[in-house]
Amino acid sequence: MADLTSEFCGIKSPNPFWLASAPPTDKEYNVRRAFEAGWGGVVWKTLGAEGPPVVNVNGPRYGAIFGADRRLLGLNNIELITDRPLEVNLAEMTRVKKDYPDRALIASVMVPCDEKSWKDILPRIAETGCDGFELNFGCPHGMAERGMGSAVGQVPEYIEMVTRWCKEATGLPIIVKLTPNISNILLPAEAAKRGGADAVSLINTINSITGVNLDSFSPEPMIDGKGTHGGYCGPAVKPIAMNMVAEIARNPETHDLPISGIGGVTTWRDAAEFLALGAGNVQVCTAVMTYGFKVVEEMISGLSQYLDEKGMTSVAELSGKAVPNVTDWQYLNLNHVTKAVIDQDECISCGRCYAACEDTSHQAISMTPDRVFEVMDDECVACNLCVNVCPIEGCITMKTLDAGDLDERTGKVVTKDYGNWTEHPNNPSATAAE
Amino acid sequence: MPNSERTPGLATARLPKDAYAERFTDLHPQLDDHEAQVAADRCYFCYDAPCMTACPTSIDIPLFIRQIVTGTPEAAAKTIFDQNILGGMCARVCPTETLCEEVCVREIAEGKPVKIGQLQRYATDTLMEKSAHPYQRGAATGKTVAVVGAGPAGLSAAHRLAMLGHDITLFDARKKLGGLNEFGIASYKSTDDFAQKEVDWLLSIGGITVEAGRALGDDLTLESLNSEFDAVFLSIGLGGVNALRADGTDLDGVEDAVDFIARLRQAQDLSTLSVGRDVVVIGGGMTAVDAAVQAKLLGAQNVTMAYRRGKDRMGASQYEQDLATSKGVNIVYNAQPIAILGEGACRGVSFEYTADIDGALKGTGEMVEFRADQVLVAIGQTLKDAPQGLTLQGGKIAVDVYGKTTVEKVWAGGDCASGGDDLTVTAVAEGRDAAMDIHSVLMGKG
Repeated sequence: MADLTSEFCGIKSPNPFWLASAPPTDKEYNVRRAFEAGWGGVVWKTLGAEGPPVVNVNGPRYGAIFGADRRLLGLNNIELITDRPLEVNLAEMTRVKKDYPDRALIASVMVPCDEKSWKDILPRIAETGCDGFELNFGCPHGMAERGMGSAVGQVPEYIEMVTRWCKEATGLPIIVKLTPNISNILLPAEAAKRGGADAVSLINTINSITGVNLDSFSPEPMIDGKGTHGGYCGPAVKPIAMNMVAEIARNPETHDLPISGIGGVTTWRDAAEFLALGAGNVQVCTAVMTYGFKVVEEMISGLSQYLDEKGMTSVAELSGKAVPNVTDWQYLNLNHVTKAVIDQDECISCGRCYAACEDTSHQAISMTPDRVFEVMDDECVACNLCVNVCPIEGCITMKTLDAGDLDERTGKVVTKDYGNWTEHPNNPSATAAE
Repeated sequence: MPNSERTPGLATARLPKDAYAERFTDLHPQLDDHEAQVAADRCYFCYDAPCMTACPTSIDIPLFIRQIVTGTPEAAAKTIFDQNILGGMCARVCPTETLCEEVCVREIAEGKPVKIGQLQRYATDTLMEKSAHPYQRGAATGKTVAVVGAGPAGLSAAHRLAMLGHDITLFDARKKLGGLNEFGIASYKSTDDFAQKEVDWLLSIGGITVEAGRALGDDLTLESLNSEFDAVFLSIGLGGVNALRADGTDLDGVEDAVDFIARLRQAQDLSTLSVGRDVVVIGGGMTAVDAAVQAKLLGAQNVTMAYRRGKDRMGASQYEQDLATSKGVNIVYNAQPIAILGEGACRGVSFEYTADIDGALKGTGEMVEFRADQVLVAIGQTLKDAPQGLTLQGGKIAVDVYGKTTVEKVWAGGDCASGGDDLTVTAVAEGRDAAMDIHSVLMGKG
């Protein structure tokens, strides 16, 4: 069986599944239970400066988006960093680490943006025996209004500066948590690296309003008739997160920077995808907030089975496997021709492919009076929309035409040669084909 | 000793007093909000949906289900009522397993269709419980229409015509309106006096004058109606029953199933109805199933339903057959009645087994006898007392696709007219379509 042991920027854990800094990791009681359930590591709920802790709202903290059968697809929150005193958290962290020495325990930290604040607190936290720090530059609500969280994460210079202070203050690994609420994720990632970060973790939550109450006309979650943007997470944000992870993983400046992948990891498959795109491990929150700590068992067994099936012996072997295949649009092979094929034995004749293609795409699916739906190869541009709207998995697939086959739509014979936009004759700035 | 299921002969009160309400409760209780959401979520919103095509009234099923999903069951109900003003009753009595739900793509995919009938009931009940009638009458046309027979076809036609601004007089032979909805449907399909509530709700559109207790006959003739009204719609149903060609039909305990059901539907106290210990129901349609199941529910110990042909020819759907057997009814196929036995009161029925040989039903000579102290005959109904002058076709009033009869200004629909499947829902469709044609003609567009 594949070894799931993970080493992430020098921090060891029995598996690559960590709980992200969030309500599930807010206190000793939860974290002990998480470790008992099998989680490889925990990023403790963000610690703030000493003194009176922050206070949270006393109304709803979460809003949600649902799929069919009320499956939770996206969650947002307006909760702040830990609202418990620093010394209580430190005492609990110390006890937990002592009892679970093989698990990763990371301290998430957010203090005001001055050198003294950061340099004072890090050594103190290090006394808990924690394995590293995660700098919370991502939290998009509440704390940002006070000059912390994403207010720092949106300014690359600040990231670099604070990271450098932290590296000067401790010998433990520094993970910089990035906010997605920025136009180009490479800028903060590069800044973190310049500051000496050992790793980055991403994404933090996305600014969001999950709904509007159409009776009171206030955003949800609503507090006494008002609402504010909260941080969005869960399965719905996974595509956004994976793109950002991949961009950092394939960027020459940052490709060697370890990445802790965060954003909608719900199953072993999600985790495997993040790993393949360059993450060294993953952090999970919404899945446990939806289903409880137990989900890690499925993640462990699933990833293990997958690695075995692929003949891989470690998580490290999977990490980054897909990165070479992430490219720019201009390098996609324009000579690669596919056509949709409908498996008539699988088809249940719902006609959704027809409605989608006829109304919104290329009018490439025919319909008979007795509801037989077929692809017209001479119209099909292989857009994949029919595949995506079909309710039966595997009923509609994309068939690749072989070299020498005729593409009935263009009337051209498919070539085996690779050809992309950079050399296409329609491109005004085309360079000659090699 | 009080009566029980074992008491021989015809007897009342075979069950403890409180058992009746429980036994005759709703076959499918109304979905609650959560159940409706879960059921509605399964709809794929098919293109040119097969369910919609299968519905005789062409209800836009994907649309109304989507309206339920989005929290607007009232709008869903409006979508239903636009096509079928008796959508509430149809949600209860339609054989959805042979109509919309049979062709649901999820029936094909998983063997479990979307619960279209129950979702329709959820929507229509929601709107009707709010009691506001959702339609208003159009501008008065000054035209008058007589609708004869206040069953599903007549009610549907009357409502549509009233909505279009015509003045309607609705006649019915009985004191209570509703036709088979009130008198002919198994009570566990229409509980809590729904049929009457639906009639009241439907009539609240206004413009419909009710003349109850007036049947076509001496004082009410087609000629007089034709001269008095601008148009006439006949929806008189099938007033007669087919006669059983067997000896002994005059014995005590032998009854037409439709009368048994009507009696049951009108009973205030089900324990006062007498039912046999051993009941034989002759026939294989929905009426036979309704009678058999209800006899069982009333406390009959043994109920046998005998059909002269094979299972594949049976009028009752597989679902209805399963319902009957789940209630303890014994269904016997390929058995034709030869004689009802007894002296004074019936004591049994003798049958001859049959075989379908090259399309012809033949007796095999093998005989079987079932004990019976009650025999319910459900071998089909016939048109009775059709007005003179109308052309008949296959024993029914001949109509064209618009419901027009061969007599000027006279339309017909429902069970009394040719075509259709003798279902509530087809009757509603015929009433509605005839109304639209009457409107076209009256307004000079026909």
